[in-house]
Amino acid sequence: MALLEVNQLEVYYGVICALKGISFEVGEGEIVTLIGANGAGKTTTMQSVVGLIPKRGGTVTFDGHDVTKTPCHKIVQLGMTQVPEGRRIFQELTVYENLMMGAYTNKDKASFKRDLEAIYTRFPRLAERKGQIAGTLSGGEQQMLAMGRAIMSHPKLLMLDEPSMGLSPLLVDQVFEIIKDINRDGTTVLLVEQNAGKSLAISDRAYVLENGNIVLSGTGKELAASEMVRKAYLGG
Amino acid sequence: MEILSTFINGFSLGGIYAMIALGYTMVYGIAKMLNFAHGDIIMVGGYVIYVFMLFSNPILAIAMAVLFCILLGVLIEKIAYKPLRGASPLAVLITAIGVSYLLQSLAQIVFGSANKMVVVYDFGAVKFLGANVQISSLLTLGVAVVVMAALTLFVKYTRLGRAMIAVSEDRGAAQLMGINVNRIITVTFAIGSALAALAGLFYLFKAPSISSTLGAMPGIKAFTAAVIGGIGSIPGAMLGGLLLGIVESVSYKITVIAPYTDAIEFSILILILLVRPTGFLGKKRREKV
Repeated sequence: MALLEVNQLEVYYGVICALKGISFEVGEGEIVTLIGANGAGKTTTMQSVVGLIPKRGGTVTFDGHDVTKTPCHKIVQLGMTQVPEGRRIFQELTVYENLMMGAYTNKDKASFKRDLEAIYTRFPRLAERKGQIAGTLSGGEQQMLAMGRAIMSHPKLLMLDEPSMGLSPLLVDQVFEIIKDINRDGTTVLLVEQNAGKSLAISDRAYVLENGNIVLSGTGKELAASEMVRKAYLGG
Repeated sequence: MEILSTFINGFSLGGIYAMIALGYTMVYGIAKMLNFAHGDIIMVGGYVIYVFMLFSNPILAIAMAVLFCILLGVLIEKIAYKPLRGASPLAVLITAIGVSYLLQSLAQIVFGSANKMVVVYDFGAVKFLGANVQISSLLTLGVAVVVMAALTLFVKYTRLGRAMIAVSEDRGAAQLMGINVNRIITVTFAIGSALAALAGLFYLFKAPSISSTLGAMPGIKAFTAAVIGGIGSIPGAMLGGLLLGIVESVSYKITVIAPYTDAIEFSILILILLVRPTGFLGKKRREKV
């Protein structure tokens, strides 16, 4: 059984149907990407799966639990976490305090210390700036902090919503390297990206989302080679 | 040394305003609503003290007032505000005003419309640098300082306190950390109501008489203080409260302007908002795209 199974998920904003019954799954250890244009429903999918916005229909199963109606904070406690679109780090808190919030579900001090050291090793910039107010970090540093904060909770499934948004090409490469790295360490990854080329290259499988429907799916390689994806998302 | 006692009175009144203002500002910051029934919690606290003072036990009366107000505050949030999570701010505001009138009317039904006298304890006065100072004023000031310091440390250095900052900054992101937002809101109402109960106690030290509208004026003054300091900001509420207390106390001592004291305080609010729309320590909220 897959780690995450989404079945016929429907989401409405008022009378507007944003997701028209989509189904997809993420297997343990995979990197899966949802690609799609602006407004296709990618962020809606991410937010409804994690319980931030209500679902109208369908089911979501995570790690054997039916989490369709589970509130967000309980889903996070089950081991699903998300780096939200626009990073949304806590601007008024320091880097260290942000990482502490990431470990909110972990009350064990010893393991918190170990995790913190691991994050500082993976992201040396964060170690240099641990006492700094997070709102004063650069965009790239904020993205590192958002990712560090998310993995402080030891997620089984890490969801990243547009992690490359607004970053320089060099940093984008770095972010994708880190995602691969986190995945190699055993964390399953669900990625949402507009940068289809880079994300398909690191993905085991991918889905294409258009107007609230999944219109295509396959392995990362298959989709990168598909005529439709090349035309619409890879610039020819 | 008239001036000294005026300032001590001002600081102690300011301490009361600050304690009430903290309730407004924390609830605004975390639940994103103006709880206009907050002032009436002071009044309820006063009546609970009145009831338990019938057993002439001040300690019991104070403890019961704090406890009762915490329960009441949490209950109001659960019954009246929680179902409106996600509703328009106007609906929540009207509900809060409704709760305020409900509490006042209930108090009137239970205790009648005549004022009740309640003397919790008479500490008397001391001579201090030639000034006549009420010990209860010093006590009020002392407790207010301790409460404000404790709250500041709590928010800055505890897991729960930091979670409160996180929720006030970005509720969605806080949920993604596994923070139970409903629980944080409950804690916020509990803290605010406990402070309101203490404020009710100290208010009774200043004027030992209760009516169902006891909370209305200090409530609106403390709300003013919270806005002057920057609503949502904890140090702002403290600053605004103390400022308003000093202004009020000084203004009462100057015969010519004494009758206009309330008008002066609210004018200060208007002036400050003209110059600094976010109050002294308020932050400009970034508009979310």
